[in-house]
Amino acid sequence: MADIVTLDRPLDVFAEQAPPATRVRGYWQSVFYRLRHDPVTLVFGAVVLAIVLAALSAPLIAPFDPYKESIIGRLKPFGWGGHLLGTDELGRDMLSRLLYGGRVSLSMGVVPVLFATLIGGMLGVIGGFAGGRVNTAIMRTMDVFYAFPSVLLAVAIAGAMGGGIGNGMLALTMVFTPPMCRVAETATTQVRSLDYIEAARASGASTAMIIRYHVLGNVLGPVFIYASSLVSVSILLASGLSFLGLGVRPPTPDWGLMLSTLRQSIYVVPLVCAVPGVAIFITSICFNLVSDGLRAAMDVRM
Amino acid sequence: MPDRAPDHTRPLVEVHDLHVRFVTREATVHAVNGVSFTARRGEVLCILGESGSGKTVTLRTLLRLLPARRTCIEGQVLVDGQDVLAMSTKEMRELRGGLAAMVFQEPMTALDPVYTVGQQIGETVRRHTGCDRRAARARALELLELVRVPSPERRLDAYPHELSGGLRQRAMIAMALSCDPRLLLADEPTTALDATVQVQVLILLRRLQRELGMAMIFVTHDLGVASEIADTIAVMYAGRIVETGPVAEVLSNPLHPYTIGLLASTVHGQPRDRDIDAIRGSPPDMRHLPPGCSFAPRCSQRVAACLTVVPELRFPSRDRMAACLAVPNSI
Amino acid sequence: MAAVIAQIPVLDPRDCGGPQQPLLIARDLRKHFPVKGARGKSVQAVDGVSFTVRKGETLGIVGESGCGKTTLARLLLHLVVPDAGELVFDGDAVNAPDGLSVNALRRQVQMVFQDSYSSLNPRMPVRDSVAFGPFIQGKQKPEARELACDILAKVGLDPDLFGARYPHELSGGQKQRVNIARALATGPRMVILDEPVSALDKSVEAQVLNLLRALKRQLNLTYVFISHDLNVVRYISDRVLVMYLGRVVELGPVDAIFKDPRHPYTRALLASRPSMDPERRIEEPPITGDPPNPIDPPPGCRFHTRCPFAEAVCEATDPTLELWQGPESHIASCHMRDPGSGHSQAGNA
Repeated sequence: MADIVTLDRPLDVFAEQAPPATRVRGYWQSVFYRLRHDPVTLVFGAVVLAIVLAALSAPLIAPFDPYKESIIGRLKPFGWGGHLLGTDELGRDMLSRLLYGGRVSLSMGVVPVLFATLIGGMLGVIGGFAGGRVNTAIMRTMDVFYAFPSVLLAVAIAGAMGGGIGNGMLALTMVFTPPMCRVAETATTQVRSLDYIEAARASGASTAMIIRYHVLGNVLGPVFIYASSLVSVSILLASGLSFLGLGVRPPTPDWGLMLSTLRQSIYVVPLVCAVPGVAIFITSICFNLVSDGLRAAMDVRM
Repeated sequence: MPDRAPDHTRPLVEVHDLHVRFVTREATVHAVNGVSFTARRGEVLCILGESGSGKTVTLRTLLRLLPARRTCIEGQVLVDGQDVLAMSTKEMRELRGGLAAMVFQEPMTALDPVYTVGQQIGETVRRHTGCDRRAARARALELLELVRVPSPERRLDAYPHELSGGLRQRAMIAMALSCDPRLLLADEPTTALDATVQVQVLILLRRLQRELGMAMIFVTHDLGVASEIADTIAVMYAGRIVETGPVAEVLSNPLHPYTIGLLASTVHGQPRDRDIDAIRGSPPDMRHLPPGCSFAPRCSQRVAACLTVVPELRFPSRDRMAACLAVPNSI
Repeated sequence: MAAVIAQIPVLDPRDCGGPQQPLLIARDLRKHFPVKGARGKSVQAVDGVSFTVRKGETLGIVGESGCGKTTLARLLLHLVVPDAGELVFDGDAVNAPDGLSVNALRRQVQMVFQDSYSSLNPRMPVRDSVAFGPFIQGKQKPEARELACDILAKVGLDPDLFGARYPHELSGGQKQRVNIARALATGPRMVILDEPVSALDKSVEAQVLNLLRALKRQLNLTYVFISHDLNVVRYISDRVLVMYLGRVVELGPVDAIFKDPRHPYTRALLASRPSMDPERRIEEPPITGDPPNPIDPPPGCRFHTRCPFAEAVCEATDPTLELWQGPESHIASCHMRDPGSGHSQAGNA
């Protein structure tokens, strides 16, 4: 008959011999490791960083006042009179307007995505975790918005609310919330059926605790990747709204608006008129490529 | 495929010094490290090993079913005298399903869910014999009767998800047998089945193997299954074969310390008031194999030499082999 | 026969009722899952299961796929709410107005899950996964972490080497040890083990079984051990419950079940085990066909479609489980054992 072993004798007879051979590396550390060894993403990430820094430090590095007009210096080509990128149709310096415009365009790109991630992500996690009728209610509401093409929806909402930078951001937030909600809901649903959620329930955790400690960490990955890919789309859409006159009001510099006002002058100084378009294109594509790189780095097979 | 006169003196499968490595950017996995064995016509060879021992990789190498880009294969693999590793894609396609066929572990994923069972078996038949649809269907029916599927006409038009696990596995066996293979490869076909179904499938396989005179290589981790189906057993550990011999002899008189430990630790009628004699430690990391004998870190009989030198193969009797320094060589 | 209780359990401070009171009584548990799309049909996962678990014993539950053992495990912890039936834990009815709340039940009963891969959060270090339970139940984080390290040492994992590791860095056996540690971290009295060794290699299985036995002795636990592997159940259990399609078909002390199985299904199950002796192979399958679908169970006795002794009465009426007359009783649910059933073999068994 077995003896009753007292509680303070250690069970060293079971001690495992071999600890795992790999170094301890958490998930985010693995991600950084992969990124460090991915030259393409690093290069484009640096470009993105440069653009953001340039826009942020516009007051320091802009050579001219972006609002100063000049009658004689209108539509001048590159390099004329110290204007590195020429002047626009009112004689204002293109480079300075580009730098200041970057602030508006970038914030119209990032801010809506940020809010959409918060709102859509929260709704998606709630819907995915609750399941059943709550999930159906949330997802079908999102589907209503999802049914409209994003550009149309943005234009319709911004137009109905009357343009301006705030309304533009609001419109874009509403456009991006449904897809973000869907991504979060899918990720949450996948996680919810796994045994460690059951185990957490079995240890007495409330729903809020389970979401906070077990669901969010696993859902953050896909959500973050999707958000980073949305930023490039958001920049494009925001520029589009400004182009149509539904974004910022003149004379505030903004790349989309600059593109619109320079439209008529394209036969006079084509290169100068193309500059805002090139800026939009480069920024958007760099964000896109960085997002791809992030996806590859974060899609870790564990 | 050129017609060869069957050479009954040669073993059907000959593998010499097979090494298989999977190379990725982060690590190299040494899955198979010098495996040699033969399989004769009409014989059942069972490769027994735990997960990570390399048994499935060895089996798949026989039909070259490994991902081409990441895999590095060295050694010689002969099936019916033909060099499998040097075959062209066309010759490989003739071999698979023709001379050699494979039965997989999970019938639900190995069968295509959008085609009926009859269509899938018929496809294999038509591909290898070139007959028409009606003949193929008749052959499929014949095969379902061979594997003892009840109401075979009705099952011909069933989709895989409409069949139970045991029936799906029988359908997969029927598909494998459709072109009269001389070699049947089985990758843990009963592991995913319930106990009462497993015994039916094992008896079926044994009967079919005997009736059709095939050679069979059966991979499993279960000693009980091996005892039920094998003629010869080869025990694998960390990518190497550590012991071979007729199954009755190996099970009653194991020579290699790993086999001894495996037999002792398999739960089968041990007294309830004592601990099971478990093997200490855990299997090695296949990315960083220790030098010398891979089992040495866990072996209770190791000596200093075991940790530095890969043990040579010892042959204590004509049909027994053990890769251990402690085993005497009588040849 | 040796006494079924191999030890006198040391009384836990939370004990009420003493060693004679069963730790868990399950009465007529029922759970049907509605099938989506098929109106009126349901998966009858658990259909009227009753049994008791005594303090300090290991009750083994065996059955094949579709028998409902996994659903039963979840019912015992109220992770799935039963449609009918009741649970009584150490004298208190669970989820009843004046009985034990589900939260209180979960402080005394814990579960080890089958799939070691999906039962640990891949983004949490192992130590935090184990500490989560105590943290939820009120301990501060540093204290919970220390408790977790303690428990990890008890299951044979050095907390300094393994505490900060992530699940994907561990082997199957090590992950399962972490699962066991997690279940024990909150100090339960009873642990439900749902196929804890099925996904492990045989050599690791032996280690984990030894560990479970030692932990049971050391921490004074009661086990409900669910498995499809009869050899493992025989080794570890004191009593065995055999399930088929959501019902109990046989229940009794382990030696009685294995030496003298009374239900035809139990006999078939035991005869399906490989002999481990190549000289004495199984020649004829002890039973044909597959376990049927729990969506449309056969009428009458659910086993009659595969039973070699089936007669008309088996298809017509449900057999009832014989009366349970105490812990030593060995009962089966079969018309052949019921003298008044009308079966030709009734009363002879």
